[in-house]
Amino acid sequence: MVERRGTLGLLAHAVVILGVLIVAFPLYLAFVASTHTTQEIVQAPMPLLPGSNFWESYKHALFGGSGNGSEAPVAHMMWVSLVTALVIAIGKISISLLSAFAIVYFRFPFKGFIFWTIFVTLMLPVEVRIGPTYQVVSDLGMLNSYAGLTIPLIASATATFLFRQFFLTVPEELLEAARMDGAGPMRFFKDILLPLSKTSMAALFVIQFTYGWNQYLWPLLATTSEDMYPVVIGIKRMIAGGDAENAWNVVMATALLAMAPPAVVVVLMQKWFVKGLVDTEK
Amino acid sequence: MEKRVQFRSTWLPWVLLAPQLIVIGVFFFWPAGQALLQSFQLQDAFGVSTEWVGMDNFKTLFNDPGYLASFKTTAVFSVLVAGLGIGLSLMLAIFADRIIKGALFYKTLLIVPYAVAPAVAGVLWVFMFSPSLGVLAYALGKLGINWNYLLNSVDAMTLIVIAAVWKQISYNFLFFLAGLQSIPKSLIEAAAIDGARPWRRFWTIQLPLLSPTTFYLFVINVVYAFFDTFAIVDSTTHGGPGQDTSILVYKVYYDGFKALDLGGSAAQSVVLMIIVISLTVAQFRYVEKKVQY
Repeated sequence: MVERRGTLGLLAHAVVILGVLIVAFPLYLAFVASTHTTQEIVQAPMPLLPGSNFWESYKHALFGGSGNGSEAPVAHMMWVSLVTALVIAIGKISISLLSAFAIVYFRFPFKGFIFWTIFVTLMLPVEVRIGPTYQVVSDLGMLNSYAGLTIPLIASATATFLFRQFFLTVPEELLEAARMDGAGPMRFFKDILLPLSKTSMAALFVIQFTYGWNQYLWPLLATTSEDMYPVVIGIKRMIAGGDAENAWNVVMATALLAMAPPAVVVVLMQKWFVKGLVDTEK
Repeated sequence: MEKRVQFRSTWLPWVLLAPQLIVIGVFFFWPAGQALLQSFQLQDAFGVSTEWVGMDNFKTLFNDPGYLASFKTTAVFSVLVAGLGIGLSLMLAIFADRIIKGALFYKTLLIVPYAVAPAVAGVLWVFMFSPSLGVLAYALGKLGINWNYLLNSVDAMTLIVIAAVWKQISYNFLFFLAGLQSIPKSLIEAAAIDGARPWRRFWTIQLPLLSPTTFYLFVINVVYAFFDTFAIVDSTTHGGPGQDTSILVYKVYYDGFKALDLGGSAAQSVVLMIIVISLTVAQFRYVEKKVQY
């Protein structure tokens, strides 16, 4: 910074700390609630400091118990979410790498048409075509399966677009040198392009994993049996009972469990994630 | 843009493209085409008979006061979400940009909401604002404000706006921070030497140079408010009280899957498609003419 002025620096810290406190408050409160019993929470105002019911709440959430509302064990839902998020992230990255490679490095007929066919999908989120997509998946008999949960969400070109932008910045000399050494297209792809794309792949992985894990509307429609619910749907079903009947400690424990994996991925891979996020725009 | 050197092969590019083309063909173009087709058709609730009705679905739609009200709700909601989200995160980014000690710590905490699912964000805020047991509702009650989002539509709108902004703040913040850090230090220093104070420098240098970022974020936030907030609405207000927080994407779902009005729902999908496409085109056109520096 240009000048060092005590008051402004102090103000900056104060504003940012206030912002962080406000942003973190719901998370803190969720944690506090998850360490109490339901009885302690429903008598307003609920305690603002952690209690002693931590293990019971989380055990109840993870492995199920007796009570009102949906009581399916969260451990299994977390598994469904994990598989879904991984399939979406890895699936999207793999098919996009291949198609971006074809678009950038090959000359073939109808290329312009194919290019626009793929990129028009950038514009329409799944929410917009939700009804017909449901019918298609249902006609194909893919409801309540991992394929039905994941493949329709893979059908978009965000990753293809990013990889295309990246491939265009790879120096031409690399391709020329590789060809001179007698490398065919797949050899070039595997030995040169893939290693160079590692950072983009990491960034996309974070973004797509979070995207897949946090899906709501699509799984709500595509799954009807309890053993295929991702955790985000599970938590919604838990609060169906109304204020007084919900086991809020279990709900909040589930909420924290549901946000933990993407949060860990985002925080640990922060550096690549931020780079990837900001680069997508360009 | 094209590479000067390219491979030639009659079959390999098609093999490489096949997975992507099959997936978008089956799960994107087919459903999108269906939506378009259905929007001109009338189907009874059991799917037995289908009738071609031309523009009737659209006419019904735009004569339906409920739909027009939903348009207004969505407009209010998205402007509030985009405006508040951008304003608050810009302020945070401006101050965070001045901080050197502990910057990574603050940043890490501020990006966590990005990882939280919208549905979970909704549940967290419902818990705090629940009229019977929520901490914030209790605090408001102590201040003499009778808070009940289940009965009062302003309260309900406030609740979904807060939840939506909270969830989106991380994203906006990261972009603003990256934007601020890409402004050349020499510009700021030159202005400082000319005697411009931080406040003045913000208005005359940083803010104008951030205008492309701000515009981009505005479009992204509006798109977010239009579509990604479905889960927030569904986990908090269910579009209520009455229809007062029933935003367009919620209505598509409700009319199509709860009320089983397929033609009407498809017509709504088509209207939504037109909105997204125009937003995207506006964005691309603006990016082309991007401010140069």
